[in-house]
Amino acid sequence: MLVLDLALKSLRNRAFSTSLTVGSIALSVALLIGVENVRAGMRESFSNTISQTDLIVGVKGGTIQLLLYSVFGMGSPTSNLSWDAYREWAEHPAVEWTIPYALGDSHRGYRVIGTNEDFYRHYRYRGGQAIALAEGRAGSEVFDVTLGADVAAELGYGLGDEVEVTHGIGEVGFLNHDHLPFEVAGILDKTFTPVDRAVYVTLEGIEAIHFGWEDGAPPMDEHEHTHEEVLAMEEIEITQVTSFFVGTTSRRDVLRLQREINDFEGEPMMAVIPGLALNEMWQGIGYAETGLRLVTIFVVLVGLLGMLVSLYTSLNERRREMAILRAVGSGPKSIVALLVLESVCLAAAGAVCGLALVYALLSAGQPIVEAQAGLFIPIRPPGSVEWLFLGAVVTAGFLMGFVPALKAYRTALHDGLAVRV
Amino acid sequence: MSLAIDVQGLRFRYGRGPWVLDVPELALERGTRAFLFGPSGSGKTTLLGVLAGVLKPDEGRVDVLGRDLASLSGARRDAFRAEHIGYVFQMFNLIPYLSVLDNIALPVRMNAKRRARLDGAGVKEAAALLADHLQIGDLLRKPVTELSVGQQQRVAACRALIGSPEIIVADEPTSSLDFDRREAFLDLLFAECGRAGATLVFVSHDRTLEGMFSRTVSLPDVNRAAL
Repeated sequence: MLVLDLALKSLRNRAFSTSLTVGSIALSVALLIGVENVRAGMRESFSNTISQTDLIVGVKGGTIQLLLYSVFGMGSPTSNLSWDAYREWAEHPAVEWTIPYALGDSHRGYRVIGTNEDFYRHYRYRGGQAIALAEGRAGSEVFDVTLGADVAAELGYGLGDEVEVTHGIGEVGFLNHDHLPFEVAGILDKTFTPVDRAVYVTLEGIEAIHFGWEDGAPPMDEHEHTHEEVLAMEEIEITQVTSFFVGTTSRRDVLRLQREINDFEGEPMMAVIPGLALNEMWQGIGYAETGLRLVTIFVVLVGLLGMLVSLYTSLNERRREMAILRAVGSGPKSIVALLVLESVCLAAAGAVCGLALVYALLSAGQPIVEAQAGLFIPIRPPGSVEWLFLGAVVTAGFLMGFVPALKAYRTALHDGLAVRV
Repeated sequence: MSLAIDVQGLRFRYGRGPWVLDVPELALERGTRAFLFGPSGSGKTTLLGVLAGVLKPDEGRVDVLGRDLASLSGARRDAFRAEHIGYVFQMFNLIPYLSVLDNIALPVRMNAKRRARLDGAGVKEAAALLADHLQIGDLLRKPVTELSVGQQQRVAACRALIGSPEIIVADEPTSSLDFDRREAFLDLLFAECGRAGATLVFVSHDRTLEGMFSRTVSLPDVNRAAL
């Protein structure tokens, strides 16, 4: 206990260099744990983008491509599925519900998604949360549009505002469906998923704006339909969807259903299990993750090396102190213990301060990151990974303490009570 | 009368360097106030290191209080020093981050046997009593960095004396003091050594103090390895 008392008093005596050392270790530990938290948050928000969907079905192609355009609103499908094929699977006995998606248009850079009331009824994200409306109602009329929370916030739209849809997926489309503007019927609650950055219309709405586009080019002016003409139609026939989400009646049927869809002879289509596909995709990104973690581990090592340098350089001016301790009966081992203990105290203080810093930064930065990056980083009590890191930092401090300690040990044995300078 | 220190055929060198000490014989009786003098380079500090058990002799016997330090392990010598020997340096005697009181109390906090020698008095009381005797009782709470050199040396003397070790080793403790203060310091040190019955081994190159001691040892005479 005397050695601990000496170590603490000695560190306090060198308050400036002690606080610098603790500060640099704390920053590096904060970076390590912070990155770990952000990583976990990213992974969680990534794999929580959709939940309870058993299969995602689209045209045959790449698994990740299908996932990207139907879940993340990135990239574009090569072609669509026919409405009849979709209905055939929607009525399959193993299928409990489906959500049809018609993609390919945009509004000022945001994806426009044609869907129906099944989306509001069945879509689930982050542990089974349903889509909720912040304002208005879920759009169900042909020219109704429901906005994701970010779209409404960033473009400043309110209920009743007019929205034009652009053909294709770009910030500036040169082919506007401006003859058929939509009206904002509802705004969704924030979900921290790609839903926030999408614009939802009905499948009928998508069909309506493409009347006369069957050949892929806009109709001549005289063939354009007006609002009134569209509304006067008794029924708009839906011809195609891009992809659809499937919920099965029983989890056991998922694999069998997936195989059946993949073998479907009517049209080339494929079904993917979102959990597996998300995992596969994350593993692709995982290299960057490992790299990031390596970098932060090196930052912590640099922080600890700073401590080593500061302890080592202080040894020369402390030779007198060591000689005094020797004179009053300290063995060289006590000198080693003193220096190792100082090193452990510095590392532990740095680790604790770093942990506190992470939580302070997280609670201060959480709303900002949420607003700016759409990334929700959950604040949790430190888990096993964090404790492992902290333990590793303190252990590294312990081991590094032996470098100055062994030098002091040799000096103490050799110098005896004389201090050669 | 029994011997406090009995050196026979001591030889010592640092590593594989030249011999620094070659002392065929040196004996000091208990209660002696010995004055060891010699020019620098005559091995004074090295001899004190050997007598205190910090340095291990290469050859010979070094009996201190009847124990041969040459035959003890390093840890045993450290424990022996902690219990039986008080040491005063020439200067910079104090640990800068400890208070005066903590500096004085260091040996008894370090070693349980030395603490047991306080005869039931508390550590603080013992330190305060010694500080009073050496006329620094009002400095106990001060940080050591605020003390004058003379005050520092008295604190160092208190630390050497606490727990009444049998042997006090002082390595030129007065060389940084002016003459009047040297005598005053020595008077106080003698008084305390007398009170405890301790043997004092005092090293100096300043022979003006010689007359105050009961025995004088010329190091160049006893150390054949001296330059």
